[in-house]
Amino acid sequence: MKILICISKTPDTTAKIAFAENNTKFATDGVQWIINPYDEWYALVRAIELKEKDPSIELHLINVGSADSEPIIRKALALGGDEAIRINSDSADSFFVAAQIAHAAKEGAYDLILTGKETIDYNGSSIGGMIAEILDLPFISHAIKLDNEGSDSIVTREIEGGEETNKVSMPLIISCQKGMAEQRIPNMKGIMGARTKPLKVLEPIECETLTSIVSFDLPPAKSGVKLISPDNPEELVRLLHEESKSI
Amino acid sequence: MSVLIFIDQAEGIIKKSSFEAASYGAQIAISMGTSAEAIVVGKTQDDLNKLGSYGITKVHYIEDTNIKNYDAQVYTKIIGDAIEAIGATVIIFSNNTSAKAIAPRLSVRLKAGLVSGAIALPDMSNGFVVKKSVFSGKAFAQVSILTAKKIISLNPNSFNIIKGDGTAEIVAMAANVPSSKIEVTAINKITGEIPLGEADIVVSGGRGLKGPENWNLVTDLATALGAATACSRPVADIHWRPHHEHVGQTGLAIAPNLYIAIGISGAIQHLAGVNRSKTIVVINKDPEAPFFKAADYGIVGDAFEVVPKITAAVKKLKDIS
Ligand SMILES: Cc1cc2nc3c(=O)[nH]c(=O)nc-3n(C[C@H](O)[C@H](O)[C@H](O)COP(=O)(O)OP(=O)(O)OC[C@H]3O[C@@H](n4cnc5c(N)ncnc54)[C@H](O)[C@@H]3O)c2cc1C
Ligand SMILES: Nc1ncnc2c1ncn2[C@@H]1O[C@H](COP(=O)(O)O)[C@@H](O)[C@H]1O
Repeated sequence: MKILICISKTPDTTAKIAFAENNTKFATDGVQWIINPYDEWYALVRAIELKEKDPSIELHLINVGSADSEPIIRKALALGGDEAIRINSDSADSFFVAAQIAHAAKEGAYDLILTGKETIDYNGSSIGGMIAEILDLPFISHAIKLDNEGSDSIVTREIEGGEETNKVSMPLIISCQKGMAEQRIPNMKGIMGARTKPLKVLEPIECETLTSIVSFDLPPAKSGVKLISPDNPEELVRLLHEESKSI
Repeated sequence: MSVLIFIDQAEGIIKKSSFEAASYGAQIAISMGTSAEAIVVGKTQDDLNKLGSYGITKVHYIEDTNIKNYDAQVYTKIIGDAIEAIGATVIIFSNNTSAKAIAPRLSVRLKAGLVSGAIALPDMSNGFVVKKSVFSGKAFAQVSILTAKKIISLNPNSFNIIKGDGTAEIVAMAANVPSSKIEVTAINKITGEIPLGEADIVVSGGRGLKGPENWNLVTDLATALGAATACSRPVADIHWRPHHEHVGQTGLAIAPNLYIAIGISGAIQHLAGVNRSKTIVVINKDPEAPFFKAADYGIVGDAFEVVPKITAAVKKLKDIS
């Protein structure tokens, strides 16, 4: 069995959010880059756990990104990926990225394609569903549990106000979130081994873009907190009722 | 070239966020000089007529016994066919778990650019540009949709419902329902709770509450306010509270009218999931807690003393009004 895990590069969760070039680009100065947490902690680690149960499973990673992505790809290999593909492009359009991954996925004939629930920078929540439609495959989003039974996947996903367990025959695409697995830290053996694992660089296929980012801006700063004495919590309730009209 | 709004239901009842999407779509239709229509898929228990008061002129109702479970692949086919038949050019979803599975598929199927997480009406003065939330609520992006057909998925609680006295015509629509490749083997509903993503008021607790046995502080206040409950990540990780209550960068991102944080320090990853809340109240015994910088109202004090008093004051207020 072959699993393809889609990993994207995002700024560290504590990175300062600022913009450059007339607010058209994210300011990358001093920014630490990480594997998008949903891709790493949930999709990748769950795939590694499945491989630990069944060593015949092959774990392939894919990233659509420039050469700057290689450190995060190597980290994913150090955690336990077997080999990786990088599609050499830095387009931000979801459809473009999904088309690249779908193309590679078709070539590789994967049984399972895993994505994160969303990227923490663009917050698109779109790539998984788009790949699924391009390949005409079932898509389970917001999955919190995944097991395989023969040629079926047993997936539990979050639905509004609860959970639902689905049985789907492979191939399929799953977007992963919290609950799937626990974060891991790569060990020395993994880090050493990752250096020699195959990382293939491919040029993107011809593809149109459906959207483009025009500019960014930051929310207005809060005007400052109004402090209320701990001896007078009734005053807080009055303000919430009369001033902010929230209750 | 109408605007079509997907109306999402829970157990056959239209969700509040769908009325927001309807109001939003109706405003776009007015600027485009066209009509706002709605599509409802699956049996409803609700009165579809009331969509008229949110600016919808026509409701396409697809009720087919072959639609058994919620499968994005099936829904995409049904809605995609309907869009072709209706001739809609702008399609609106509310950005919830079902939309996050359908809208991207539909984007590919219709070759329609998608903006998910929209928070304002599109600017049509120069192309079609939609403002969306990015960096987990820490910034906004203006995104231009380049295609003739357009899909927007509107963040819940970011557009005010506009109610008038219009009426809607309801038309039954036939559908060609493909069979689902997904078999639902179990459903586990958490009953009696207000779903966090849709809640107007959220009361949330952090590690400052010391242990799960003290959670009545949070739940009593939530009950008094009719609020949903949430928690910080470590609280869910150490199993004081269920995982679905975890808010933040790696949990759920919410934008209620009022967010009350009790014993939460306000780490940047926590703020990322709650900073779109309209009003934030922080109760923390440490005046240096970073959360105060993001708050509208704050009390520096011991939650164990302060919160019961707030709960009592809320009850008193509700009794009077
Ligand atoms: C990549 C990454 C992603 C993360 N994602 C998330 C996320 O999605 N959501 C999230 O919440 N966290 C997330 N975190 C964790 C985050 O950094 C913080 O560690 C976490 O939010 C702290 O939780 P807390 O405020 O409950 O606990 P603490 O930081 O321990 O704070 C407890 C607070 O309670 C106060 N307190 C103590 N006693 C009392 C009392 N009696 N009365 C009043 N106040 C009291 C203290 O002053 C303190 O401010 C993430 C971290 C990383 C690295
Ligand atoms: N450039 C990329 N390369 C590989 N995978 C990606 C890329 N962008 C997004 N993904 C995957 O798609 C998921 C959803 O991304 P998004 O739709 O952008 O929120 C992410 O969690 C990743 O698993």
